[in-house]
Amino acid sequence: MKLFAIRGGIHPDYRKELCAEKAIVALPLPRKLTIPLQQHAGAPALPVVAVGDVVGKGQVLAKAQGMISAPVHAPTSGRIAEIGDFPAPHPSGLTQRSIILEPDGRDAWADDLPAPIADPFKASARDIGDRVAASGIVGLGGAAFPSAVKLSLGTRHKLDMLLLNGAECEPYLTCDDRVMREYTDEVVDGARIMAHALGAPRVVVAIEDNKPAALAAMVKAAGAFANVEVVSVPVQYPMGSERHLTQAIIGLETPARKLTADLGVVVHNVATARAVHHAVRFGRPLVSRVVTVSGKGISQPKNVDVPLGTAVSELLAFCGGLSGTPKRVISGGPMMGQPLPSLDVPVVKGTSGILALTDAEVNEKPAGPCIRCGTCVTICPCGLVPVEMAAFIRKENMDGAAKSGVMDCVSCGSCSYVCPSHIPLVHYFNYAKGMINAKDRERRKTEQTKAMVEVRAARLEKLAEAKHKATAARKAPTETPGEGKASA
Amino acid sequence: MLMEVGISVGSLTVMGAALGAILGTAAKFLAVEEDPLEVELAGILPGSQCGQCGFVGCGPAAAALAKGEAKPNLCVPGGKAIAEALAKRLGISLDMGDHVEKVPEYALVKEDLCVGCARCLQECSVDAIIGASKQMHTVLPDICHGCSKCAEACPTEAIVMIPITPTLATWHWHKPAVSDHVH
Amino acid sequence: MTFLPEKSGPFGHAETSVQKTMTLVLAALLPATLFNVWLFGWPALLLFLVTVGSCVAIEAGCLKMTGRPVQPTITDGSAVLTGWLLALSLPPWAPWWIGVIGALFAIWMAKFLFGGLGQNVFNPAMIGRVAVLISFPVQMTAFVPPKPLFTEGAPGLMESIGITFGETVNMDTVSAASALNFIKTELSRGIPVSQSMASVPGFTDMALGFHPGSMGETSALLILAGGLFLMAKRVISWHIPVSLIGTLLVMGTIFNLANPDRYLSGVFHVMSGATLLGAFFIATDYVTSPVSKSGQIVFGIGCGVLTWVIRTFAGYPEGVAFAVLLMNSLTPIIDYHIRPRAFGRTRKGEPLALTRKT
Repeated sequence: MKLFAIRGGIHPDYRKELCAEKAIVALPLPRKLTIPLQQHAGAPALPVVAVGDVVGKGQVLAKAQGMISAPVHAPTSGRIAEIGDFPAPHPSGLTQRSIILEPDGRDAWADDLPAPIADPFKASARDIGDRVAASGIVGLGGAAFPSAVKLSLGTRHKLDMLLLNGAECEPYLTCDDRVMREYTDEVVDGARIMAHALGAPRVVVAIEDNKPAALAAMVKAAGAFANVEVVSVPVQYPMGSERHLTQAIIGLETPARKLTADLGVVVHNVATARAVHHAVRFGRPLVSRVVTVSGKGISQPKNVDVPLGTAVSELLAFCGGLSGTPKRVISGGPMMGQPLPSLDVPVVKGTSGILALTDAEVNEKPAGPCIRCGTCVTICPCGLVPVEMAAFIRKENMDGAAKSGVMDCVSCGSCSYVCPSHIPLVHYFNYAKGMINAKDRERRKTEQTKAMVEVRAARLEKLAEAKHKATAARKAPTETPGEGKASA
Repeated sequence: MLMEVGISVGSLTVMGAALGAILGTAAKFLAVEEDPLEVELAGILPGSQCGQCGFVGCGPAAAALAKGEAKPNLCVPGGKAIAEALAKRLGISLDMGDHVEKVPEYALVKEDLCVGCARCLQECSVDAIIGASKQMHTVLPDICHGCSKCAEACPTEAIVMIPITPTLATWHWHKPAVSDHVH
Repeated sequence: MTFLPEKSGPFGHAETSVQKTMTLVLAALLPATLFNVWLFGWPALLLFLVTVGSCVAIEAGCLKMTGRPVQPTITDGSAVLTGWLLALSLPPWAPWWIGVIGALFAIWMAKFLFGGLGQNVFNPAMIGRVAVLISFPVQMTAFVPPKPLFTEGAPGLMESIGITFGETVNMDTVSAASALNFIKTELSRGIPVSQSMASVPGFTDMALGFHPGSMGETSALLILAGGLFLMAKRVISWHIPVSLIGTLLVMGTIFNLANPDRYLSGVFHVMSGATLLGAFFIATDYVTSPVSKSGQIVFGIGCGVLTWVIRTFAGYPEGVAFAVLLMNSLTPIIDYHIRPRAFGRTRKGEPLALTRKT
């Protein structure tokens, strides 16, 4: 298959060897699970259980609310101990509404799980979409966007291809690699079901060529199906970015403000495909995920199948704990992952990795003056000029930064990674995006306030008018309404 | 007869002209001046007349801004967005340095103290308070713009202003701390 | 265990640093420098040390006076590089104060007054060179023929100290013109280029460096090797050197073909003077050249055209320094207008039209 070049990108130190040959192991049931109501992009789920309820594994704990949302299920059987605010796996250190589940140790599936869909390829797109939505499946690559929303794109777009993202371009992470190697058939089956739901005639699985074993396994499994093709894409960070991978495969750039679906391509992660397989074939919702625990600050790096809601500390303990004091503990990959405020936060649907990185691995140094080397410009996969945007942001010129394209930045981290002056470019951009969004919210709020003031003023005027009319009518019953109005 | 008609018509004409002239002059001298800049500035302000800026309402605030007697960051509920818009219209730089930004707030009714007097309802310029006489009131936090007029009007101090703190959805990274020597 | 996540990602960093970049550039300059120190003897070494030393000392002084931290800036290697490049662009037997004054212009005026590393508009070394060239044209055009160390006729150390720090040598007796200078002078006397070319050093001598010239500019091969080394190490890219040299080569060749009596050949343009040093080490200066690759090509072409124009029509025989400085002043404009196209957008920043393969 002919591949197309993508712009820029970098070749970071991948360090996947720490974990690539470690088979997935299941984590023993923790004593307590903290299950946040929001583990996905969109609106938080609404609890449907109460404290004291006894729930079965896979039972709905909170239902989706709104167009973009996802339900949350019990990762194991047990008792609801508490519903309250607990620290979120988020750099802010803020809390979020979560359900505390005390496992009973039986790990028994609930009785009322939805029935398997006997022949998914005869089922309607809608039925499959509903099943995926009801199973709480979100993009497991890290973005955690509700998968059912993306699966419904086939209704509005004529699709050519389901592009299954097995690039796993983030350093350290090996969870997708292992899933493709160990659950090959499940991934391929899930992908075929998704393609069916999308109405896409082809499935293309893209895997970076630093995963030869996964490539071989997937090629073998895909051989049985004429419409499934596995391609090896070059190792080039950020190949796994949805738009860039699409460009590498079909050679087209997704226009700004459009979706890859507008080009006929829908991208899903390989682990998501496996979750769809479970949901459709067995009626089992998303209650666990494979997490790569790695970094030189981890005693025994592992790929672990973790029940959602498990505390990071518990997962780390299973991996032999931390060796020494790591410089950073992060959730996700080192390039786009988020630092964790503490080890007491839970593993959620979007947690692809927990990394404990040493000083030498993060190689942080104080920022120096920019020498305008232009490397950030050369490597920016989005064609932006990071050096210029950072200069605007330093001077608090958010309009300038926006004009120079900061909202197009995907925060892939490449520019910060290569900057010889160690300037925290992406941090500047994250700050600017936050400021611009906040200002946008303020502007909308002011508009709303203005509208509300006007509505009220109009209502009060009407009220006064009516009152006046009533008084006038009482005083002079013969007076015509027209005169009343004129004197008002 | 003709004479009388002439006199009456003439005198009336003279009177009319004289009165018209007086009125015209008065209108000119006593006119309430409507400065187009003021109107434009008032258009930028929220128009909720909350008075947190220290002026009676958004109109007087706009007037003061137009005369340069107030700083563009005067509007507390408007936040940075409005401050920047005002500064831009006035063509002056926005110096937020000396200005300790007041955290935006929203009103909350303490249910145990509310007596249902409905006084707050009349104060709210955005209809953010739901309630009726003798009924417990509640504030819609999404609509409330934090002017705190209701809290001042409440006879039982049942309304408190709660600062809006960042949530997971609104939190964002702070500006990176980089030494001043680094350009 | 709790942490304070005060920093957003990425949490990893390439083994790059300003110091490393500067060190690589210095390493690339080393062969040409060593060769020319050998070629021009002790006075060259003394002038080199004085110039580099002055740059570092002036940088330290500037930082100290304004209360900025001295250590991190001094150790980044940028002042050493500026001094090094300035020294290489001076006549090897120039007196010590030429180096000091050049350093003062380079570091204090061109770099520090603009705000220090990364903030300067003009290449500091070239400001230094041009400042002393305009101020002291006699000393700055007094080149010497090669007198390799420890060969007959080469000055000893004591004599060299006299040359650099005293007035013991009458430069008129030893000086020789650089090839470009010689041809320009001959042309002004009415001798056609095609004729005077017979008296300049041959191609081999130009390539190896055995001819009069600035301290670091004579050996085309060694400078080329250094430039290629920098490219291999990805410190610089091909865009500026190739567009600069290519433009000069093409323009020189075309005009030379049209009128060989008036115009120098393209190859001679490339091999002589500061062309190669300029193309690989001066014009590629990060701070003062455009950040985008397409901008760099425009910049390189501009440098090439201006160099040719200055060498051919202006009063000075050599034009690389002036050309680079003139283009430096255009860098912000080039950066503003020539930028990469953002992903999914047209050059004007509008979203791309939706095209789809059928």
